[in-house]
Amino acid sequence: MIKKDEIIWWASENFWKKSAIFVTGLMTLVLVLLTFDTVNKITAGSKRVPAYTVINNQIDYKYNKTRNMFEPVIGSESPLFGNMLTAEEAEGLINLGKLTIQAKNCMNCHTLLGNGAYYAPDLTKAWLDPGWGAKSVRETLMLNFLMDPENNARTFGTNRKMPNLGLTEAEAKSIIAYLKWMSSIDTNGFPTNFKTIKQ
Amino acid sequence: MINMHTLNTIHLNSGQKIAIKYFSMAVVLFVVQIVFGILAGTQFNNPEFLYQIIDFNVNRMVHINAMIIWLLYGFIGSVYWLIEDEAKTELVGKKLANFGFWVLTIAVLVVVLVFLFIQSGEGSYASIWLINEGREYIEAPRWADIGIVFVMLIFFYNIYATFIKGKWSGIAGVLVLDLAALAGVYLAGMFYSDNISMDQFWWWWVVHLWVEATWEVLVGCIMAWVLMKTINADRRIVTTWLYIEVTLMLGSGILGLGHHYFWIGTPEYWLTIGGFFSALEPIPLVAMLVHALYDSGVKNFKSTNNPALAWLIAHAFGNFFGAGVWGFFQTLPQINLYTHGTQWTASHGHLAFFGAYATINIAMFYMAIQVWRGNIHMGSSLIDNGWKWKTSLALLNIGVVGMTIAMLIAGYKQAFIERAVEGSTWSGYFKAQSDPSFLLAMDWRMTFGWIIALGLIILIWDLITIGSHSEMKNNKPKLLST
Ligand code: HEC
Ligand code: HEM
Ligand code: HEM
Ligand SMILES: [Fe+2]
Repeated sequence: MIKKDEIIWWASENFWKKSAIFVTGLMTLVLVLLTFDTVNKITAGSKRVPAYTVINNQIDYKYNKTRNMFEPVIGSESPLFGNMLTAEEAEGLINLGKLTIQAKNCMNCHTLLGNGAYYAPDLTKAWLDPGWGAKSVRETLMLNFLMDPENNARTFGTNRKMPNLGLTEAEAKSIIAYLKWMSSIDTNGFPTNFKTIKQ
Repeated sequence: MINMHTLNTIHLNSGQKIAIKYFSMAVVLFVVQIVFGILAGTQFNNPEFLYQIIDFNVNRMVHINAMIIWLLYGFIGSVYWLIEDEAKTELVGKKLANFGFWVLTIAVLVVVLVFLFIQSGEGSYASIWLINEGREYIEAPRWADIGIVFVMLIFFYNIYATFIKGKWSGIAGVLVLDLAALAGVYLAGMFYSDNISMDQFWWWWVVHLWVEATWEVLVGCIMAWVLMKTINADRRIVTTWLYIEVTLMLGSGILGLGHHYFWIGTPEYWLTIGGFFSALEPIPLVAMLVHALYDSGVKNFKSTNNPALAWLIAHAFGNFFGAGVWGFFQTLPQINLYTHGTQWTASHGHLAFFGAYATINIAMFYMAIQVWRGNIHMGSSLIDNGWKWKTSLALLNIGVVGMTIAMLIAGYKQAFIERAVEGSTWSGYFKAQSDPSFLLAMDWRMTFGWIIALGLIILIWDLITIGSHSEMKNNKPKLLST
């Protein structure tokens, strides 16, 4: 057995005990401080995470040279399904969209903001996907697809179809609103090189 | 005289009697995990299979939830297993511990049945409270979250009060603080937000701060104790190592959380902070590997429980490779921009969860069986040199490593085709999914998946039979002096 006083200070139990407490405390403190700042910056209505009324506007996703990354570009008025919404109405719609996305468990097939499952395409910029053809038909095609994905399937030769989730029309529309809003979030350039629907 | 070699709870202290309940339930849920993994993987390659009956999202949800829950059962069991030995006193709340076990088990059963038979609800708060929260890994509806917190409080009280009544030690201190943090972090996942950036910000607090902080420290405590038990490692050295591991793991892992804050709407400073601190996370994992190998090497890898020691070595390697190396691959933002949310992630997820956490739980199952049968010798005296534990060890590890490599190849293809070339569109996604090497890799995933399933069957067969009379050379019981 080694005697206690033969151990050099940097190999002693006591030194490492203190360092464990100090380092853990310090890192936790830094995380808490950063959390205050981040929560502020990701609250809906901030620069990075726009207010829900952004669904009244046109949204695009473009390369920004100075930032060296893609970023959302918010354009002129372009109301969803032709209805300009007040802040309250927009929030109600987005809330229903989010509740439906959770209740139907979309994230165990899809990724949103790149997190979730890998069975189906990432939905971060689904609103801007060139697969919807042209802007004039996008809303109708999305609605048709979500209400009946089986008969509107594309699958690109894979036969991996999305099942019919029994969405009501109100739920499907709120999901489209949600996807439109989500495409306006500044995600530091993910996904990169995304080719958007013809503007 | 007690009949040695038959399972008999008379050999167990009261903490251990609770522990074996948790361990048994853990094994059951491990089987559920693998069954639903096979279903999900089969559907991935043959989408018609069970289409609109049990869809991929349901199978996947049960697969990953069963995993989280069985690992938690294993951890709770492990702590109950060691508590009386470590605190040198009897567990304070035996009835309470039993009550907690049954509350948790009934809740888990109800949740699984609801997942399978109700599956999903309409878009409303009621669905989230009663059916499915729809957030990966923590899909359990809100009522069950509250139940889980309640059970964790019972567990925490029991451990804390027992240490207070008995003997306090360095391991006890780390363990108690860590359990409090583990339960506390879960609360961050228990509220609803319509803002997906906010939702994912807090969701990662649970997922990352569990697996890369509190769970790592918890297995550090279990490992410290097991090394003292299996190979008689010196307490002072083991405790000092534990403090070193906590310093390094939490020093890097807490801010390493930032590697999930690159692309979810959070500010750009996370690219630097997350990249830097998470890149340091492999350091404690190397330290843990060195520690385990060095300590076992010093004792010439001699032990009275060979299967447990072998699984502990598998844990040390698995933790290092699965978390440290496979995690490191994609932890820098420049790389993660392309690998984020692809099969790379799944490759890392499988090797890390299996390598770091399934392994050490299996080691604890073997520790428990040994004592449960009357502290028998589980070394060279096993019949046929213990072929069953060796075969299952080999099959499970080959299966997981093989699957991991298959998914890595698929992930490479997906990152290249879908993310880099096609820019992550709907058609780009499917272009990657129909690439010939991607498809081949996915077939290999299933081949190795079946190897895992076979390994698990043999593992359970071995756990049930190892050390019984017929399994010992000359049918002679060989006991350890206690
Ligand atoms: C069982 C798995 C599964 C579930 C659950 C699921 N999807 Fe899908 N989804 C798919 C598959 C597969 C495709 C590709 C279908 C195709 O190409 O025909 C798809 C395609 C889509 C698309 C078009 C792809 C794109 O890039 O724009 C959208 C939008 C979509 N899903 C939204 C949702 C929403 C919203 C939910 C939840 C309410 C959901 N999905 C639930 C599997 C699923
Ligand atoms: C035992 C410890 C660990 C476990 C169990 C684990 C598990 C996981 C899992 C399951 C995911 C996928 C989460 C999801 O579903 O979205 C993930 C993601 C990730 N992990 Fe780990 N991990 C561990 C340690 C590490 C370490 C040490 C690092 C870095 C060095 C790391 C880096 C990452 C990164 C960068 C991602 C994000 C991948 C993406 O962008 O899609 N992990 N981890
Ligand atoms: C029979 C063996 C197995 C099969 C066939 C299998 C299959 C799968 C499939 C198909 C997925 C979904 C991936 C996707 O979203 O596309 C998945 C996810 C996952 N599995 Fe398994 N699995 C098996 C064993 C295991 C084991 C042993 C573990 C760990 C102990 C594990 C942990 C996970 C995790 C953590 C995820 C989520 C990964 C992520 O989101 O990145 N699986 N598995
Ligand atoms: Fe992480």
